[in-house]
Amino acid sequence: MNPKRKQRLLIILGLVAALGVAVGLVLYALSQNINLFFTPTQIADNQAPDSRIIRLGGMVAEGSVERDPESLEVSFGVTDFQNQVRVTYTGILPDLFREGQGVVVQGRVLNRELQATEVLAKHDENYMPPEVTEALRQSGQLDKLKGMTQ
Amino acid sequence: MGWRWFHEWGSPKWFYDRAGRWQRVCGFLALALLLVGTLWGLGFAPADYQQGNSYRIIYLHVPVAFLAQALYVAMAVCAIVLFVWKMKLADVGMQALAVVGFGFTVLALFSGSIWGKPTWGTYWVWDARLTSMLILGFLYLGLIGLRSAIKNPDLAGKACAILVLVGVVNLPIIKYSVEWWSALHQPASFKLTEKPAMPASMWVPLLINLLGYYLVAAYLVLASMRTVILDRERGSAWVREVIERD
Repeated sequence: MNPKRKQRLLIILGLVAALGVAVGLVLYALSQNINLFFTPTQIADNQAPDSRIIRLGGMVAEGSVERDPESLEVSFGVTDFQNQVRVTYTGILPDLFREGQGVVVQGRVLNRELQATEVLAKHDENYMPPEVTEALRQSGQLDKLKGMTQ
Repeated sequence: MGWRWFHEWGSPKWFYDRAGRWQRVCGFLALALLLVGTLWGLGFAPADYQQGNSYRIIYLHVPVAFLAQALYVAMAVCAIVLFVWKMKLADVGMQALAVVGFGFTVLALFSGSIWGKPTWGTYWVWDARLTSMLILGFLYLGLIGLRSAIKNPDLAGKACAILVLVGVVNLPIIKYSVEWWSALHQPASFKLTEKPAMPASMWVPLLINLLGYYLVAAYLVLASMRTVILDRERGSAWVREVIERD
């Protein structure tokens, strides 16, 4: 490569790297706004703005789902295994909603309780045929696998 | 120095003839691989324990999303070659890649949206992954627009190359968006350093489809580059020969 081309190549790579650093710093400064949701611990620490619409993300706590038999009202706990926030919601839940499943809910925090307007299920990166899940459940390995991904 | 092979690429005619042959090979291989991968993935791979059959969108979504980014990387390499070696063919490559890349980005966004409704409960959410992918789509669209807005082809090539290189910062953002920030989109199921988070009966057809879509992209880019070359060299004798021959 002749020296002139080498110099041009280095200038371009240098400029792209500098731009990358600049954008990186901006994104780092804005990370609070880019995060899609608050965790239950952040809400417990009062880091989430009060009585404004926010999103909360976490796992649906085992054994916490209570459905009203008369209406579509449902209430459940969202946990990050340190803190838990109670969520109430009226409406149809996504198919993947179940205890132990990741969810992102949108709504307002009132009296330390979140009144949700939208409940979304979060899917993890693991894919398995149903027979494998059954075999894992019988040998007690499934919880171990789930624990690894959380 | 062994740079001769590289400088051969500077000749549009040399490339036009060879690209025609490569294009045919890519087309046939792509057809064969996609037929096997898609039938296997949609018909014979097992269903997922949670999502049931709707997970099968990965046999389209993962390859096209992958390619939307890979084509951008190819475009960035073209931009560097254009700046450092002033090679005309690199500019032709950028022009073709922008259009094909935009198509793949739209497909990725669209297929993901269709899957999002049954799985997440929404077609769209402004999380970091989806938003950065949308920005990638706008970058491609901007490149197409920028080129057609500038009449002088040399200037248009340089302007596009600058925009391509500026947009490169978006690629690591897309890749790590699901790790740096909390997002609704799940992290990658495939990592170079780890075993895939699914059994072989699921990922083998996905791998076949990934290769198949790579070849589809190669086919489309080569076809589009050949058209661009004919258009740009329309005054030269060899193009007239080609047109009379075909």
